[in-house]
Amino acid sequence: MKIINDKIVQHVTHLARIELDASSTKAFTRQLERILEYIKKLQEVDIEGIEPTSHPLKLSNVTRDDIPSASLTQEESLSNAPDSQNGFFKVPKIIESK
Amino acid sequence: MELYSLGIKELGNKLKKGEITSADICKSLLERIERINPKINAYVNLDLGFLQKKAKESNVSSYNNFLAGIPLAIKDNICVKGELTTCASRILSGFRPPYDATVIQKIKKSNAIPFGKVNMDEFAFGSSTETSCYGPVCNPWDLSRIPGGSSGGSAAAVASDIAVAALGSDTGGSIRQPAALTGVVGMKPTYGRISRYGLLAFASSLDQIGPIAKTVEDCALLLSVISGYDTKDSTSVNTGIPDFQSTLSNPIKGMKIGIPKEYFKKIGIEKDVYERIEESIRLFSNLGAEIIDVSLPHTEYAISTYYIIASSEASSNLARYDGVQYGLRLKDASTTMEMYKKTRNMGFGNEAKRRIILGTYALSSGYYDAYYLRAMKVRTKMLRDFEEVFKICDCLLTPTSPTVAFKMGEKLEDPLSMYLSDVFTIPVNLAGLPAISIPCGFSKAKGTELPIGLQLIGNYFKENLILQIAYNFEQKAQVYKIKPEGL
Repeated sequence: MKIINDKIVQHVTHLARIELDASSTKAFTRQLERILEYIKKLQEVDIEGIEPTSHPLKLSNVTRDDIPSASLTQEESLSNAPDSQNGFFKVPKIIESK
Repeated sequence: MELYSLGIKELGNKLKKGEITSADICKSLLERIERINPKINAYVNLDLGFLQKKAKESNVSSYNNFLAGIPLAIKDNICVKGELTTCASRILSGFRPPYDATVIQKIKKSNAIPFGKVNMDEFAFGSSTETSCYGPVCNPWDLSRIPGGSSGGSAAAVASDIAVAALGSDTGGSIRQPAALTGVVGMKPTYGRISRYGLLAFASSLDQIGPIAKTVEDCALLLSVISGYDTKDSTSVNTGIPDFQSTLSNPIKGMKIGIPKEYFKKIGIEKDVYERIEESIRLFSNLGAEIIDVSLPHTEYAISTYYIIASSEASSNLARYDGVQYGLRLKDASTTMEMYKKTRNMGFGNEAKRRIILGTYALSSGYYDAYYLRAMKVRTKMLRDFEEVFKICDCLLTPTSPTVAFKMGEKLEDPLSMYLSDVFTIPVNLAGLPAISIPCGFSKAKGTELPIGLQLIGNYFKENLILQIAYNFEQKAQVYKIKPEGL
């Protein structure tokens, strides 16, 4: 029984906003199958009652003082934009026409 | 002795005495770069204007610390204001950050010169520096072999004397493994020791910036400058910065060095690597250290845990590269969705896509508990393993990599075997501990002489201790003096 197939990879690539052609989808599916087969090893570990670790150090709710300071200008923030207009990032239209 | 061949400490001494100027170092280095870099492909972008300006500005009175006047190579995933910073990815082509990373601010403040960006695996995804959009980096010891990765550019530049020292980043071994495979010193500090502000994120709970240098002392000097709490990185820790240099030569008699048995299963470790590490353990014993056998029972789950966590975090971090704010955008898309998908398909290389897909899969509805949540719980068990062993020893000793540098192309089409090459370095990142790789000998099994590295792992924020242990070994073993020939 395969863990992953072309259909799942197509669904995931849509979620990840990547467009793959059919032959790349097949190649990735094959490689991911091998990786997931290896990763299955984790199922042996007894994790009953174990807390998850999202971060190696026990830090929580770190905030800095709310003091105004200099930040990037609008011009600097837009300096790398592929397209901009009137101080905004510009993208192709989002609402598709019928 | 040519200036390009010297390290931070030696050059700093000469600068302070007024024997040389920063301009002399830059001249020597640039001549060598011109000759060597075409063979190695370590530098991908040089800021000669800044270099010349800074070299001229520097005078004896400004050499007030060991970094002042020293040119440094910077991995291409660390932001230098106004300089191309691309993570060796097409998707960031043309990106010039409008700000400096905190480590770069610190380097500039100490009057050092961050003048060149060095090559890496795309987004630091890899162990061979073959996935860069600028082409692969070659190992200075054998140009047909990889230098390790992902900080392969940083390590190869230092090993071939075209950089005095360099900054790298380490998410699963990306500083230590290339340092080992090119015969230099590389350190991953404790998670939180160095600000990650301005480091382009790969896996935020694992990434850490660190130094790659010619000697342990140079490594300590560079670490002193880049360490410290930063309000711009909420995961940096406010613990104060010890003097990493002054304790280096203290003897290590009576120190307890743990040998984790899971790292010494003969299967998968090359014979020469195994033998050099065994010889090194004997040397430590001769230096008066106490060698004790320890166990880290969950080691065999490290790679699986890592690839789920690292890929999940990467898939989230790399969502920002969508053609809107910076870098590449596919022109002529009629909708935003089409622009996203085509831009990302064109901009990311295969390994980046593989990790984004794996991470998105592990986080997606229906699979989250089985993969991501489970991996985070196994991570807890691995942390506890380390907690236990550090109750009884000062540091752990392991090989840095199970093999010497492999041939270019050998593992590129087999992602899993590439992942397995980080088996000894990955657990350290999962736990957030500091570790250093230092050269400990060579293997001649492949015809050419190839370096082998040993790894010392310390407890949280005990960088000074592992630097001291490493320094004692280095001074006794003297391996660092041997350099690649015939370049």
